Amino acid sequence: MNMLQLLKKLSLIDFIKGFIVTLKAFFRRKVTVQYPEVKTPLSPRFRGKLALMRYDNGEERCIACKLCSAVCPAQAITIESEERADGSRRTVKFEIDAFKCIYCGFCEEACPVDSIVETNIFEYHMTENHQRIQTKEMLLATGDQHKDQTIKNKKKDSRYR
Amino acid sequence: MKEFLSSLLSSLDPQWISLIWSLFQIAIVTACLILTVIFLVFFERKVIGYMHSRVGPNRVGPMGTLQSIADTIKLLLKEVIIPAKADKFFFLLSPILLLVPALAAWAVIPFSPEFIIADINAGLLYLLALTSFGVYGVILGGWASNSKYAFLGSMRAAAQMVAYEIAMGFALVGVLMASGSLKLGEIVAAQSGGVLSWFWVPLFPLFIVYFISGIAETNRHPFDLAEGEAEIVAGFHVEYSGIGFAIFFLAEYINMALISVLTSILFLGGWESFFAGLTFLEDSILAFVVEPSIFWLLIKALFFLFVFVWLRASFPRYRYDQLMSLGWKVLIPITIVWIGVECVMYVMQVGPWSVA
Repeated sequence: MNMLQLLKKLSLIDFIKGFIVTLKAFFRRKVTVQYPEVKTPLSPRFRGKLALMRYDNGEERCIACKLCSAVCPAQAITIESEERADGSRRTVKFEIDAFKCIYCGFCEEACPVDSIVETNIFEYHMTENHQRIQTKEMLLATGDQHKDQTIKNKKKDSRYR
Repeated sequence: MKEFLSSLLSSLDPQWISLIWSLFQIAIVTACLILTVIFLVFFERKVIGYMHSRVGPNRVGPMGTLQSIADTIKLLLKEVIIPAKADKFFFLLSPILLLVPALAAWAVIPFSPEFIIADINAGLLYLLALTSFGVYGVILGGWASNSKYAFLGSMRAAAQMVAYEIAMGFALVGVLMASGSLKLGEIVAAQSGGVLSWFWVPLFPLFIVYFISGIAETNRHPFDLAEGEAEIVAGFHVEYSGIGFAIFFLAEYINMALISVLTSILFLGGWESFFAGLTFLEDSILAFVVEPSIFWLLIKALFFLFVFVWLRASFPRYRYDQLMSLGWKVLIPITIVWIGVECVMYVMQVGPWSVA
């Protein structure tokens, strides 16, 4: 070790440099988002909780084509269908296992009638194991509840699809 | 205060009065220390958070100030688990062995010209003895846990403390030579007369060495090999839970505060004001800023506590061999060389001191 290196070490210059780095950070603006009070902006493409939509006259959109269940990579969707009195084919059972669902959005893309959609809701929970099964009624209710926001988001995103 | 106490208890023997007075002082200092630790835990988390561009704890109480009280309550309510094959007596004794010297060392600290619990003649020796006593708590705690990691941690702590004790002792020798007294009150008095007559100017290398060995002595970053989360979980206190862990924690933070206060006393003039010696201030309305008082000591100590936390946020942990070579091959030679230099300065009378 030559004299210059020794002097550099003894002057603790590297330590002082390190101290300055952290001191600068100390006065920097803080980036933490205070989550429950403040929320980060969501993209209109955000894929959250699944929902089933209705037509404006209240009729459910789903025609039980089972494309979503076929495309689902996690096989989270179970559908059973029957023929109604007017001859149309409708679902009697439409269940999504929320634990299996990976929120990939393939079902939404596969749907020919825009029935199944992903809302931008990500704050939900369940306290019992059986609640992971989202029944048709629950999905339709979610769709009714968040209809306006969902349609707005889909419209915003439509030009990129 | 003391006069008030003696008038209140005038019927008693004066010996009893001084005993009660001492107990009263001890109670005040201990209570203040525990409050300091509560503040320090919060301070550390907040400062490190800021240095990470986070905001740190801000949920409990206004601005998160009650966070460490909540933590304390949580710790005290937790179950105390004693490992099945642990040596129960020493396992329970070691936190106390660590805490008692940490608290007892404060007996000789001169907080202000008037307030000192015991102004004993060998104050510096007493401090050296008590700060090295803390290692017994660490070793016993690690050994009594009967766990490999705890044992490794305590072995590391023992070697580290022995190594840095020497550098610390030599740095204190420098202070002793400069002040000509082992009494802490007289050491501060020897530094009176403005910022430049404090010992950090003539003893600058010793000042740095003392603070570095103080950090090593308290097992703090970047010398916290005894804890070393990445390698040995939490080191010597890995088996402790609840109140045992809380006491280890308390002792560590009290030691931190002790090292900060000691560095301020020995090298930065203790209770002396930053503005002492500026004569134009003494006649103005700002005369109070040149008065020696406890606040100057607290400000200086708070700065060193900030440096403790700052170091923790800035630097990675030393490797074991680096730690040993820093202690033996760098700090001890520096202190020896500077004591030699000081001897020359002493004889040539170039320092702020004079040959008695």
